[in-house]
Parts: sequence; C-alpha cells; structure tokens
Amino acid sequence: MHQVHVSTKINGDEIEYLCETDETLLDVLRDKLGLTGAKEGCGSGDCGACSVMLDGRLVCSCLVLGAEAQDREVETIEGMADGENLHPLQSKFLEHAALQCGICTPGVLIATKALLEKNPDPTETEVRYWLAGNLCRCTGYDKIIRAVMDTAADMRGA
Amino acid sequence: MLDKPNKPEKQKFNVVGTSPLRPDGVDKVTGRARFGADMVAPGMLVGKILRSPHAHARIRSIDVSKAEALSGVKAVVTKDDFNADAEDQDVLYNIMAREKALYDGHAVAAVAAISQSVARRALALIEVDYEVLPHVTDVDEAMKPDAPVLHDHIFTEGVEPKPTKPSNIAQRYEFGHGDVEEGFSEADVIVERNFKTAATHQGYIEPHACLANIANDGSGELWCCTQGHYMVRNTCASLLGIDVSRLRVTASEIGGGFGGKTTVFIEPVAAALSRKAGRPVKVVMSRNEVFRASGPTSSTSSRIKIGAKKDGTITAAESELNYQGGAFAGAPADLGAMCSFACYVLKNVRTIGYDVVTNRPKQAAYRAPGAPMAAFSVESVVEELAGKIGMDPIEFRIKNAAREGEKSSYGPKFRQVGLVETLEEAKAHPHYSAPLGPNQGRGVSCGFWFNFGGQTSTSLSINIDGTVALAVGTPDIGGSRASMCLMAAEELGIGYEQVRAIIADTSSLGYNDVTDGSRVTFASGKATIMAARDSIGKLCERAAKMWDISPDAVVWEEGHAKPAGANAGEFEPLSLAEIAASAESTGGPIAGHHEVNASGAGTSFATHIVDSEVDPETGRVQVTRYTVIQDAGKAVHPAYVEGQFQGGAAQGIGWAINEEYIYGEDGRLQNAGFLDYRIPVASDLPMIDTKIVEVPNLGHPYGVRGVGETSIVPPLAAIANSVSAAAGVRLTELPMSPPRVLKAIDENK
Repeated sequence: MHQVHVSTKINGDEIEYLCETDETLLDVLRDKLGLTGAKEGCGSGDCGACSVMLDGRLVCSCLVLGAEAQDREVETIEGMADGENLHPLQSKFLEHAALQCGICTPGVLIATKALLEKNPDPTETEVRYWLAGNLCRCTGYDKIIRAVMDTAADMRGA
Repeated sequence: MLDKPNKPEKQKFNVVGTSPLRPDGVDKVTGRARFGADMVAPGMLVGKILRSPHAHARIRSIDVSKAEALSGVKAVVTKDDFNADAEDQDVLYNIMAREKALYDGHAVAAVAAISQSVARRALALIEVDYEVLPHVTDVDEAMKPDAPVLHDHIFTEGVEPKPTKPSNIAQRYEFGHGDVEEGFSEADVIVERNFKTAATHQGYIEPHACLANIANDGSGELWCCTQGHYMVRNTCASLLGIDVSRLRVTASEIGGGFGGKTTVFIEPVAAALSRKAGRPVKVVMSRNEVFRASGPTSSTSSRIKIGAKKDGTITAAESELNYQGGAFAGAPADLGAMCSFACYVLKNVRTIGYDVVTNRPKQAAYRAPGAPMAAFSVESVVEELAGKIGMDPIEFRIKNAAREGEKSSYGPKFRQVGLVETLEEAKAHPHYSAPLGPNQGRGVSCGFWFNFGGQTSTSLSINIDGTVALAVGTPDIGGSRASMCLMAAEELGIGYEQVRAIIADTSSLGYNDVTDGSRVTFASGKATIMAARDSIGKLCERAAKMWDISPDAVVWEEGHAKPAGANAGEFEPLSLAEIAASAESTGGPIAGHHEVNASGAGTSFATHIVDSEVDPETGRVQVTRYTVIQDAGKAVHPAYVEGQFQGGAAQGIGWAINEEYIYGEDGRLQNAGFLDYRIPVASDLPMIDTKIVEVPNLGHPYGVRGVGETSIVPPLAAIANSVSAAAGVRLTELPMSPPRVLKAIDENK
C-alpha cells in the first residue's frame, strides 16, 4: 500500500514518519511512534480520550489523518510535564483524587490545559461545558472539576 | 500478636483513613501507564473479528479460503479452532458462533494479518451463508409461548413439573417467607405497579484489548485489560484445550470495568489466532464492537405490590422481576430478587425472578448486578406508599428498615448493618430540607448490596532497605493499590510511602477470584493484613534470634520489635529496616503470605437524596442536586470511597434519564456509539455531595465494607421519585428521556 512521508513536530521534536493515507494521527502516534498516552475510546470524536493539541488547537486525534500533520506542531500528554516536574494540573489531579481508572485522564488533562491557557479564570459552568467532550465514566466529574478550579486559582496566584 | 483482638469499633488508626496519593498516579497523569491496547510485541500481527449482522441466523457454511489466500493474512479462525469440549459451553459459543449466530454482533470468524488494512480486507473476503431466523429482543415478548426459541436445550429450571417444551425462560427463582396473602389482607393501603428498565452498558472508556503470544505447543502469554486475569487464564486454557500452567496472564492497567470485564470476549480469539499464526496477535475492540458484542446489563420488566398499615408498618411485599439476559442463561434474576426487599424487615415477603434469554449480547455484570432495577421498582412503590399514608418517606423507611438480628427477605439474618444510620443522616442533612425551585422535585431511595469475599492470595516481601513489596492478584479498578498499601503500612507500623503494591501475574501468585462484587478492599485487604501479620511473626523471630531470646518474648509495636517485658531482657527496639538489613545472616529473605476464601464481607446500605428539574415543555430532566450517604464500614482511603460514591451516582443518573440500548425491528442495535448512546458528560451533572457513614463490618479486622456496588443501587429510584414529584405524575419506565417524560405529563393533564 502507498505510504505518505510526513515531517512534523511532536512535543518540540522534529519527527518524520510514513503512514497510510487512511491512518489517523492517533494511530500514527500510538502504533508508529510509541506515544500511547493518547487513548482510543471511540474512534469517532465522541469521548475525547485521544485529545491532543494541533498548532495550538484542541483536537481529537482520531479525527485527524496522520498525513495532515505535515508541517504542523503536535502536543501530546507525553510533553506535558517538564522533565521530572509535573505540570500543576497533573499534580492537582493527583491531590484531588480526580482519576480512578485513568484512561480518560490524558485527554482530560490536555483539554483542561487548553482551557486554562484560553481562560485562566473559568467558572464551574465554563469548565463543565469545556470538558463536555471528554467522557469520564468513573468519577462523576466532581473531583475533576474541583481539581481544575483549584489549579486555575493557584496558577492565577503564581 | 497473631491473635489481635478483633474489635474494629474501638480501633485507632495511624494511616488507614487518610487519603495519600496513589502509587500508580504519576504514570496515569503522564501517559506512561500501560493499558490493554498499549502493549506491543516483536512480530506482532493485527487481529480482527467478523461479526453477524443478523439477530438470529443459522450458519449454513463459512468459506474462509479467499481470506486465507490474501497476501499478509497469517491465520483465520472459526469455531473449529476451539476446544468443543470446553467446560463452559456458553462461553465457548459466545466467543465464536457455532450452529447459529444468536445476536447482532456475534463473532463468527477472525483473522490475523500484518496490518489493520489487510485484516479489514480479509474480513470482507470471508463468505458466511446465513439462514435468517425469527428473532426476539424484548423480555416480555421472549417469555410468550409463541416466541422464537433460541436454544433447544433450555427447559425452565425452578418450576414443577419441569416443562417438556424448550423456551426462553432459563430459570425461575423464588425467595421469601411468611404468608403474603394474609399480609395484604391486613394492609390499610396497597400500591401495585408495573415497571420497565432499558438495557444499559457499563460504558468503560477503554474498549476490550489484549495481546496474545502463544507458541505452537500452546504455551504462552496473554496481556489484557480484565477484572480477573486468573479467570482469563483458566477460561482461555479450557477454550483452547491446554493446561492452565501453560498460560501466563498479566493484567494491564484497566480503563474501567464496572463488571463488564469479568468474562472473556476477545482473549481466547486472540490466543487461537496467535497459536495458529505462530506470532503475537493484538486484538482491540472498536466502540461499535463494545456495544454490540460485550456484556451490557439486563433490561427488565417487573411488578411490585406492597401493603402497609396507616402507622407505616409494611404488612406484605411481593415482587416479580423479569430479566432479559441476552443470548445465554445467567441474567442476575436471582440477585435482583434477593436484593429487591433487602432494605426492609418484612413479616410476609415473596420475590420471584425470571432469567430470560433473547437475541441480544449475553449480559455481563454491571455494578451490583440485578440490584438497581429491582430497587428502582421497589423504592418507587415505597415512596408512593409513604405518600399515600401521609408519612415522610424517610420516616417510613426507618420504621421498616433492616436492622441487626432481623431476618432478611432473602434468608440470612443481618449482622451489624448501617441502613438506619444512613437514613438518619439523610433526614438531618441540609439537602433534605432545602427549598425547591419551580418544576423541581425531591426524591429519596435506599439501596443494598451483599458484598462479596472469595478466593484471595496475597504476598508481602520485606525488602533489604526496610521497604515492602506487596503483590496482590486482584486488578486495581478504582485505586485499590493505595488501599492495600495503607492496610499493610497500618499493620506493620510503617509509613504508607514505604509500601508499594503491584498486581502480580498469574504465574507469580496463587489464584485470585475476579475483582467484582465490591470484594477487593475487603478480601484482598483482609489477605494483605494477614500477610503482614505473617511477616510480623517472622520479623519477631529474627529479632529474637538477634537478641538470642525466645520468639515468644518479642512483640511488634509501632514498626519495631521490642522485648515483651522486663523478663525478656533489656534490648533497644529493632526497626523493620534494621531487621531487614540483617536478614541474610538471620535466616534469609523475610516474606508474609496469606491464602483464603474470604467470608464475612458485610452487607452495605446507602440512602441517596436527589433534586431534579423537569422542563414541562420538552420533558428534559436536569439533576440539580445530589447527595450520597453510604455505610463504608471503615473508609480506608476516604477520597477513593467518595469517588466510588460519586461514580456510582453518575452512572445511575445516566441509567435513569438517558442511557438505553435501542433495537430496531430487524433486531439490530441502532445506537452502538457514544454519540447515540449518550453517557453523562460534565455539563449534565451537578457536584455530587457525599457522606461516609462508618458502621464497622465485624467480618473484617478493620471493619471494612466494600463500597463500589451499592452506590449505583439507589439512583434510579431516587431520580424517578424526584422526577415524579416534579412532573406530578409517576414515571415507571427507564430511561426517563424527554419524549417519555413529556408523554407522561401530557397523559396526566
């Protein structure tokens, strides 16, 4: 099968890969590049477990083709911590017990980081609607919302 | 010290009852945690499964020759590649169709190929000749005498005389005591109603995934997301016809289970493909496959009748519950019937459950299997009855509530239980007396779950630096590793951070039952405590050796070996780390173990309070306030206990107002995706308040009760009661979706 050559930037690194024309960015990240932090929960853009940033925009990587990443910049959960220092959101999620099984956590964290970059002082309702595209089946969202609000307050104070 | 007095109510704890960070936390916020689909192996192939598009069809033939001939295809399997004499014939039939395809989505063949695209093309080349048969997907239809019959070998069990004709009713269960008819004759008020609930799915975000690596001689390894890797090992060995010892199964991190990962679906298929191809094979379900071909809940229909005197005493109660369980017998009609009136002390009670097969995927456990539907119908009638006799619904429940020493509706006598405590907390909670807005209503419900114990094996090693490696065999689905570390640390008298827990693979630790029935914090916790006590005995022996005194003269206190008294001699206490450092010269490695079939799980009760707002124009329901009050016995890690309460409530909210398997006339599932099967999202829910009640379970050294299941039992009824109050009409069918609520409002005008 014909493969496309792609040059892109992932978490700041220059990356090249070959992919089939119908392969999603999610498949490329997971199967070709070993970046398995993004998860496939549905493959149809309904669950948000595969959330990544593409040129600074929050996307479901299952709805983006691998070939579309040419000359773009991708950020994944693997790029969120700075070496051994966790991002404040990552720390707060642990502190607030905002995860149970953890399968939705990478997507929720990526989505939340995007929210706080756009809106550092969101209301509870704004957080709930922003995260409406990220399904979590374990927590009932309560502790996730609290972790996000608490991080936002901390980051505004910092 | 091994005979520590077992008086949980008097215990003081050092670390149990705190909420430290989980040991697997950093991996889960950085993407490092490896779930089912995250594992790879050299030379790995992609496995895919061909599924029946028909609800019920005879399979005349399957021709796989074209698929096998396709370049890049390494193996194709059908039913003939499995052990026809496997112990569990229903599981054998469910993982790969045999004479008939029994539901839309039933597996009929599978391929392993070098890539996704080759595997997809190979599936399209498999030719299946189906003879389509009449089907039935509704529970009441399936029970009718003229319904299409799925299995020739099902003759209803539990009825006398045994039927001579096969039917879809696999079994009838009956529980109860007293004289129901006489009880009803004593009642001042009787309420009788019929109810229906739709099938729902556990909705775990991680689809089933596994990686099988089986050599041609049948020995090999399986990596998979499961609630029970020992179950996977034993079942796959049976289905493949190999010795259990040949298979080593490792449980990956699990992205949600809620009961849905307590059986096998793709694991034996991946193993059969791998054995045939001689290469590792990874199989990952799509979301569509998860909905169509894993194990959703039963749908149900039921009739409830309860009678009470004007003073609030229930005189008689009767339930008849029909559970649609999909293509094979085993729907939790027995558990549902047993749970239906478990919250109440009743003089006269009869509960009947029917286990019914239909052309749907075989149901699997979903959090307190069978109980939420039963509680929905019973607690709806309880609320209505309280209203009719003019009594506060919580007072009415307290008057009839299950108490210590009373006989339960399903047989045994209750030991120390906490239902009344949760009801008293509910009555006093500010939520219960808060004002309601327009179009809002308030509802209450109680819930019960047995809680399980079961076979458990745990091993605890003292490391050279005084830290502890704890190996448990029950997959961690909600933070149980943290709870195990807390209990080991508590017992050993060391810090939480000094203990690390792992989920050991099937070759590294004795057999463990599946993580289910809210058993892990109780049973693995009990085994962990006993393994720690075993190691403490050995630590004391080593200290005795170092001091050259009798082991009987050594006690373990606050993480140190100490002389038992003045007669034992004058010695400086030895810390766990000091004893560990000398292990080599005092007899070698130090470890504790415990194997048990744990009993004494301790039943669990909860009371939920819900406010709902109903839009009278659209019928849309919004839950505006939610409070969970539940007895945890002793909350080992309170933050995760709250998490279980909140998660169960949220799933219950979805079940009550949104979620539903919708089958078309053609018997095909019409909403096999998260867009059309909509589980609650963040903007659908309010904060979920929690109140942990602690009435110790006398069957556990620390008083622990399981908490995972009970939290999903009250929501359906609590929400139905609140919606009924808001809409001014009794809602009797789930989900309470906008069209259904609107219809009820309109018909009531």
